Amino acid sequence: MSFYFVIIGTKDNPLYEAEFGTWKQGGDGVARFRDEQRHLNQFIAHSSLDLLEELQWAGTGGSMYLKCIERFAGTAGGGSGGVVGVAGGVNGAGAGGVWVSVFLTAGNIKFVLLHDTRADEPIRQFFYDVYELYTKTLMNPFYSVDMEVRSAVFDGRVRAGVKKYL
Amino acid sequence: MSATKAARMGEEVWKTRIDKVNAELVTLTYGSIVAQLCKDYEGDYLEVNKQLDKMGYNIGLRLIEDYLAKTAPQRCVNFRETAEMIARVGFKIFLNITPTVANWTSDNKQFSLVFEENPLGDFVELPDDGRAQNELWYSNLLCGVLRGALEMVQMQVDAHFVSDTLRGNETTEMRVSLVRYIDDELPQSED
Repeated sequence: MSFYFVIIGTKDNPLYEAEFGTWKQGGDGVARFRDEQRHLNQFIAHSSLDLLEELQWAGTGGSMYLKCIERFAGTAGGGSGGVVGVAGGVNGAGAGGVWVSVFLTAGNIKFVLLHDTRADEPIRQFFYDVYELYTKTLMNPFYSVDMEVRSAVFDGRVRAGVKKYL
Repeated sequence: MSATKAARMGEEVWKTRIDKVNAELVTLTYGSIVAQLCKDYEGDYLEVNKQLDKMGYNIGLRLIEDYLAKTAPQRCVNFRETAEMIARVGFKIFLNITPTVANWTSDNKQFSLVFEENPLGDFVELPDDGRAQNELWYSNLLCGVLRGALEMVQMQVDAHFVSDTLRGNETTEMRVSLVRYIDDELPQSED
């Protein structure tokens, strides 16, 4: 299982980006994306913003964690729970398709996670962990909103969160 | 006054006579001051250090009065005692931390304050422009405070940081050295 995680700022600019693999089921934490899928990941994350912005004001539950909002699949159809927009015909996404989970902070910063199997609860925990880390980053007087997060400490802690939950 | 007595005194005053304020408020306020200075001086960190020291100095001149009023301490008989009072009473009542006094020189004129925690530096990561890590002393205000406060009680000191965890050092350490006791300057006599 591989993950692609990106934090997106208020102007739809990426702030932080990471790829990692699962640690569950004896995984080694290394992402196994094929080369052609890596730029596709960015494309999928980007295109999910439209749907996200619609959901943002839809008032569904009022939770910051929007769960899986979308599923890109090699095979059309599928999806359950929440709102699932299915864009068929994206090739190379693999048989399981790509799920898009989103967490929206109060300051309109988006955490987007692409994953190939559905796991709401661990992802929720992961997101809340990252949310706390992001809040701390924001408290740094030398950091301002929408600035790229380049801190190695932040990166290390996100990866620790991956190891713990995903 | 012994170290333990000073510690007890600091604790007592902290509990009974000090108005408390939210720690994040202090941290963020100080943070924005430093960040703004860095912006205003366009990354001239040496100048920022200087400004912080100056601001601290002006705080120290006033703060000493508040300190004396709140604690009503006895006169310190030597510089060692002064150091203990600074660490265990001064820092305790204003920041609720107790730095360790260490590394005395044999002439008892220089010591280090080792900070295990520093509320001013919470959440902070210095800018990664390759210079801030070597040039900026983020908490330099504290040096100025000590300098200003001690000057008001007839001690001219030099205070500067020698290491900071924000820079990646093991500890945060401030070196304080007594330059001289300032004698009361008498007005020139008439004749």
